[in-house]
Amino acid sequence: MDLFRSTILVCGGTGCTSSGSMKLYSRFEELLAANGLEKEVKLVRTGCFGLCAAGPVVIVYPEGAFYSHVKLEDIDEIVSEHLVKGRVVTRLLFKDADQAANEIKPLDDINFYQKQKRVVLRNCGVIDPENIDEYIAFDGYKALAKVLTEMTPQQVQEEILASGLRGRGGAGFPTGLKWKFAMGSKGKKYVCCNADEGDPGAFMDRSVLEGDPHAVLEAMAIAGYCIGSDEGYIYVRAEYPIAVKRLEIAIEQAHEYGLLGENIFGTGFNFDIHIRLGAGAFVCGEETALMNSIEGKRGEPRPRPPFPAVKGLFEKPSILNNVETYANIAQIILKGADWFKSMGTEKSTGTKIFALGGKINNSGLVEIPMGTTLREIIYDIGGGCPNGKAFKAVQTGGPSGGCLPASMLDTPIDYDNLIAAGSMMGSGGMIVMDEDNCMVDIARFFLDFTVDESCGKCTPCRVGTRRMLDILNRICEGKGEDGDIERLEDLASSIKASALCGLGQTAPNPVLSTIKQFRSEYEAHIYEKRCPAGVCKNLMKYVIDPEKCKGCTACARKCPAGAISGEVKKPHSIDTTKCIKCGVCMDTCKFGAISKK
Amino acid sequence: MKSIADLEKIRQATLSKVNLRRESEGTRIVVGMATCGIAAGARPVMNAFVDEIGKRNLLNVIVAQTGCIGMCRYEPIVEITTPGKEKVTYVNVKPEMVPRIVADHVVNGQPVVEYTIGHAE
Repeated sequence: MDLFRSTILVCGGTGCTSSGSMKLYSRFEELLAANGLEKEVKLVRTGCFGLCAAGPVVIVYPEGAFYSHVKLEDIDEIVSEHLVKGRVVTRLLFKDADQAANEIKPLDDINFYQKQKRVVLRNCGVIDPENIDEYIAFDGYKALAKVLTEMTPQQVQEEILASGLRGRGGAGFPTGLKWKFAMGSKGKKYVCCNADEGDPGAFMDRSVLEGDPHAVLEAMAIAGYCIGSDEGYIYVRAEYPIAVKRLEIAIEQAHEYGLLGENIFGTGFNFDIHIRLGAGAFVCGEETALMNSIEGKRGEPRPRPPFPAVKGLFEKPSILNNVETYANIAQIILKGADWFKSMGTEKSTGTKIFALGGKINNSGLVEIPMGTTLREIIYDIGGGCPNGKAFKAVQTGGPSGGCLPASMLDTPIDYDNLIAAGSMMGSGGMIVMDEDNCMVDIARFFLDFTVDESCGKCTPCRVGTRRMLDILNRICEGKGEDGDIERLEDLASSIKASALCGLGQTAPNPVLSTIKQFRSEYEAHIYEKRCPAGVCKNLMKYVIDPEKCKGCTACARKCPAGAISGEVKKPHSIDTTKCIKCGVCMDTCKFGAISKK
Repeated sequence: MKSIADLEKIRQATLSKVNLRRESEGTRIVVGMATCGIAAGARPVMNAFVDEIGKRNLLNVIVAQTGCIGMCRYEPIVEITTPGKEKVTYVNVKPEMVPRIVADHVVNGQPVVEYTIGHAE
């Protein structure tokens, strides 16, 4: 067997791939060959490391050197300095804001990783997702072997229930209970995996599928054994081409090894998995709509009951779990329910992955034990808001969730706390907003999304959300009326009570939570016709401070509307009737003379 | 694949390949690979270590490289650190010396005194 002295891991997640990591990969290949290092240094394309903001990312072991923002021309230096001479290229290392220029920190000591606990993501960025042997080397398929040879389906279900694992898709239903209901049904059953990740800015499931696809396959087979099913479906969106490709490769390799198919491990257990591609409708993440879509029907929800555990896919009893939920299963089987319960809080055990985005320094993927506070995630891991701006709110739960203001930063994150705070866990999107974000505009953004994505089957969602959006649009345009806030609240409560599926029932949440936390901003828009954050264009204007203006004419030359006039070397002024509020003048001015009002 | 034994076989076979990426608290063999080290023949020495560790399937040992330690006249220099023990520095290392260092020091915990820096001075 060939042993390698060094391993280069190049991130092959979607984030880094789009910033050119595959070019880096080929360049490494060339240079390793040119230096005769192919037999000494192993080159691996892995899944996402999580710190997408620093991509493309390259890690070299055994030193654990974490190179960030690597450019094609840097590869020569990494090979000639680090791999040939053993000198870490310090200028390319990722640096924390508080880190001295020439200090080298091991990967795990970087602030971004220090508070994280990577359980679901343990293999992401470590193994080659297109090589089943590497998954097996990290204890892959051992849990499947264990359940098939040592455990009864009953014991499997009890172990999962005892672990306290709750659905990571957002609603937080106990997974063990879901499996139990399906166990009770008879005949042909199906195991489904929901990989239709639709929340704006969320990409946890994509990263798991891209970085560790076998973890999902193994867990689905375990679920199949538990509920007595021999067939599974993964519903994944077509916009995730890398994830789909790696899943296909993984299923093929598992078949070759006999880890999927007939008579697995000689125990007589059969299980097979199919992939179905979704066209990207948000509603298809709802369980009954997803099953309709797999069957080839229009992606519309069905009324429940009957619940899928009784009558699901193809009218047969089915279970549907989210990708991240499945990615926990094998480890619970191997390490036990008590190990899993040792992480997190009493009612929300284990870890949760969040996709950190918006106004944050280290945007990327973070996995933290439940019970970590928002402050730890946003400041310790995320590095706070860029450019020293003040934090205003964080949005969790996507279009079904809500905004939490700065006063709630010390809330420990778990399912129940987030709901109590007026938001929800959701699938894990976490969008940070700073002082420049208008909360009415944010509510409008999310509602606009749900109006677009509403399937139209039930009236409260189809018409109700549209009416709410109309009111919000009016408020943002400066035409808000007294009573609008109450009207929004009234509509919201009837939509919540009467919509058919989760999409409609939760659609008003972004509006309700922003009204609850930031009512004064709504009032400023409606009564004072003023947008405090200066976002809503109809409610603000750009003005030139004559004291600071030097009359350089730079802004007047850039203005696309010809709204700025003035003589050279004399203060200019903006004609507000012509101004289209694009903000170019403010960006252009070198003297800080232009401001929003 | 028909049995769990087969699965374990694949696991063991791949483990050594991915070993560098696992968290390990084991022995570190660090070879000086600056210009001085390379000129003095550090590369064959490092490869000899990697081979020897592969042959013996030692999973808790990693071979790393480092820059110039400053005593160029003693290159190739190899440092071996084992948790809980003092670092041992070998000097003027040649590939022929490697099997003995691995056998005596890495496996059996007895440093080869005559190859160490204390002995050379």
